[in-house]
Amino acid sequence: MSTTATPKGAAGLRAKDAKPVSAKGGGLAGWVDDRTGAAKPLSYLLKKVFPDHWSFMLGEIAMFSLVILLLTGTFLTFWFVPSAGEVIYNGSYVPLKGIAMSEAFRSTVDISFDVRGGLIMRQIHHWAALMFTVSITVHMFRVFFTGAFRKPREINWVIGTVLSLLAINEGFTGYSLPDDLLSGTGLRAAEGFMQSVPVVGSYLAYAIFGGAFPGEAIIPRLYTTHVLLLPAIIVGLFTAHIVLVAVHKHTQYPGPGKTNDNVVGYPMMPVYMAKAGGFFFIVFGITTLMAALVTINPIWLYGPYDPSPVTAGSQPDWYMGFADGALRMFPGFFEFTVFGFTLSLNVFIPSLVVMPLLYGIAGAYPFIESWVTGDKREHHLLDRPRNAPARTGLGVMAISFYLILFFAAGDDLMAIKLGLSVNDILRAFQILLIVVPPLAYWVTKRICLSLQRRDRDLALHGRETGRLVRTAEGKFFEVHQPLPEHELWALVQHESGKPLQLTATVDANGVRRPGAFKERLRGKVSSFYFADSVDPVTPAELAAAHHDGAAHEAIEAPQEDAGQWVGQLHGGADERPETDAYAPHEHQHDHDHEVDPDPTTAR
Amino acid sequence: MEPTGAERDRPGTALGLDQGRTEGEGRMPERFADPGLPPHVSRSADLGEHAARRAERQVAALFGISMVATVIFLVAYFAIDQNTYRFVPGIGQANLSNIVLGVTLGLSLLCIGLGAVHWAKTLMPDTEVTEARHPQRSSDDARAEAVETIMAGADASQLARRPLIKYMLGGALGLFALPLGLQLAGSLGPLPQAELSTTFWRKGMRLVRDPELTPIKASDVTIGSVFHVMPEGIDKSHDFLEEKGKAAVLLMRLNPDDIKIAKERDWGHDGIVAYSKICTHVGCPVGLYEQQTHHLLCPCHQSTFDVTEDCKVIFGPAHRPLPQLKITVDAEGYLVADSAFREAVGPSFWERG
Repeated sequence: MSTTATPKGAAGLRAKDAKPVSAKGGGLAGWVDDRTGAAKPLSYLLKKVFPDHWSFMLGEIAMFSLVILLLTGTFLTFWFVPSAGEVIYNGSYVPLKGIAMSEAFRSTVDISFDVRGGLIMRQIHHWAALMFTVSITVHMFRVFFTGAFRKPREINWVIGTVLSLLAINEGFTGYSLPDDLLSGTGLRAAEGFMQSVPVVGSYLAYAIFGGAFPGEAIIPRLYTTHVLLLPAIIVGLFTAHIVLVAVHKHTQYPGPGKTNDNVVGYPMMPVYMAKAGGFFFIVFGITTLMAALVTINPIWLYGPYDPSPVTAGSQPDWYMGFADGALRMFPGFFEFTVFGFTLSLNVFIPSLVVMPLLYGIAGAYPFIESWVTGDKREHHLLDRPRNAPARTGLGVMAISFYLILFFAAGDDLMAIKLGLSVNDILRAFQILLIVVPPLAYWVTKRICLSLQRRDRDLALHGRETGRLVRTAEGKFFEVHQPLPEHELWALVQHESGKPLQLTATVDANGVRRPGAFKERLRGKVSSFYFADSVDPVTPAELAAAHHDGAAHEAIEAPQEDAGQWVGQLHGGADERPETDAYAPHEHQHDHDHEVDPDPTTAR
Repeated sequence: MEPTGAERDRPGTALGLDQGRTEGEGRMPERFADPGLPPHVSRSADLGEHAARRAERQVAALFGISMVATVIFLVAYFAIDQNTYRFVPGIGQANLSNIVLGVTLGLSLLCIGLGAVHWAKTLMPDTEVTEARHPQRSSDDARAEAVETIMAGADASQLARRPLIKYMLGGALGLFALPLGLQLAGSLGPLPQAELSTTFWRKGMRLVRDPELTPIKASDVTIGSVFHVMPEGIDKSHDFLEEKGKAAVLLMRLNPDDIKIAKERDWGHDGIVAYSKICTHVGCPVGLYEQQTHHLLCPCHQSTFDVTEDCKVIFGPAHRPLPQLKITVDAEGYLVADSAFREAVGPSFWERG
């Protein structure tokens, strides 16, 4: 993963050149270092260690897509004319000949048909934009589910959510530029959104469009926003994002030898130079191949914008889909007339509130979680998602909510393709939007807890070898192979959260303490997170499992009637001589210790 | 079940699983110990020069393919006409120049990437390196020094001792952005005035077909037909697109008995009714007319309006019915507007009422 750009001309410096440049340390590199002192930071950077994992490449795809966008976008500006001025088309695309259109549309058609290689640049640009938004989103999922947003990376998470929000708006301003029928219809809707703002809506719309819709101001304004304003902010925030990654040093997945105090991986020079540098070319190459083989946004088929016609199946680019779905689902009865004024919440909320609200909640999440857990430590080791069941459940819940909004934006296409009633589909989505997210939370959390129990089972009883052994007494059992310590470590290294202990809400004199309500709420949320947490196997438990191999109960004791011998003969090869290890247990078990959050009371 | 005294005393003895998750008190650790980095597994290229050579050749071949692809791109740029179309399996008729240029550019880039990554994975060192981390926070000393520097600086500036400067500076800084903000907010666009509530339609204007702009005779409108309509003379308007965006109308003829609302029948002519085509949700053209059910469907967000019931909303996110244009026929039998729209068309806004 590359970080900040290395100073120009200093590329010839080798990592070992950190020592002061001597009189004979000449050449261009020496010349530059004499004037910049770049050798030291450069060698620091080249020796920097990055951990290796496929999921760390998601952010890289976003980074490289941004570079591709800046590059191809600059190309496009050489031919694109950001003007709504009316012209008559007379280029080489025959079906549009003689048709009145804006200069923006004509120049986009020209880029596609009359500029050599123009179409490939346009299509790379659009595909890269989709790649950019997809990779940002999936990168965000990775960071969320592994808990990489925890201290000290909260600021970077917030920067990331802002970047994500800016990216989709950059996408919207970009695909609105060609002034084709589809994007013009999108702008028409956007103008409707602005009008729905309480009190100032019509002023806002007139300010942004420079008068009545569509006007001639919006194309040049979108253009400045798309090529200057938003890119400048995005590149600035992205630089801060990547500098913070370097400052924090990359997180790593837990594993043998990987601790919260180190970072294990490969150095920038030469390994990541080649891997990340190579990956840039891979991303660029694949984006280009897509652009070569799969048509995207064929604006010449849509035709120039005209406020009167419309095409069926009008959809925005995918990243705006969730907002469009929200707009389709939000019931019309949220429009009110109050004292002679119209309050159009059926438009205002889904179009202008939902997006910042969802991103706002995402941005606030690290602070909410650290308040709930009370955990103020630095975390550089990632969580396996199963080891944070509540967080993973909340994440899947949010994704399911988002996806239902997203799919609702395609209700008309589904109706056509599936031969169903669009009304039924939309009603179903409205119900699913309420029912599915809590269900998704619950199911995900149960799956996480089950996976954790499976990990415990594996840690305690090892792998089934498939080798059946008959003892001298004639009993059969399957030999279990204990895990090697390096594999075992991955299953037992984590911490499981514990609910915060509630402090008394009244003091010694029976007076309510200030802030008692907040504390009670915090205790409640904390037990929502951690009440049913599954603890990792401890050395004592492993020893015990080896000792009485038939016991199944340690996977999770409280729920099971462990007094009963379940008939599954478990055991390690190392305990075969102890024949009674495979015998049913006579003694009663009690399991309070598994549920008691305070270990001291278990004695 | 409590462990027996004897069991407790033996250090490190395994107890039953019910007898405490850890055995605290220093006899068995509460957690496992990190076993440290696993042993390094050498790759085939590390072990034999033969495998290393093979990797070297693969990397070189990938870079070679990239160069070949680049050369083909350069040739194809000049050799293939911009608008040549050929049948490509799996795609159909396709722009040959776009495909050849794109595929060669893609391969030229992709093979550089694959070569570099393959090189890194097979030949570059794969022994993991460990780097120490340090807490993110500065040392207490450094923090104290920073605070001290700031305080000393503030002190040296005499900000606290001379409150007049402090308040005046605060005032100046608080106000300086106002001109910038005012310029932007004040000059971006005109005030809407009544524009949002009015359209091009006036009493007596003929209804003309969109986009042909030819007048429509009432007798041309058969039952079940639908016309996209504009007001006569809209093409002469200075703000053609802006007016078009508000004035678009749909004209339909229903069997008068199917119309359930008296006002709708009165505002129409012999079952011919005209409604604004601009959706009252966010302003898309309501372009789909279902002849059998007399429903109008907006393709953007599926708001559905029932033409037999004065275009009231029967499904979807819109709230208000589509405004009706009152029409009649002139002496020559052409359809004309009997009045302008009586309410604002299009999406809702605050002052709409």
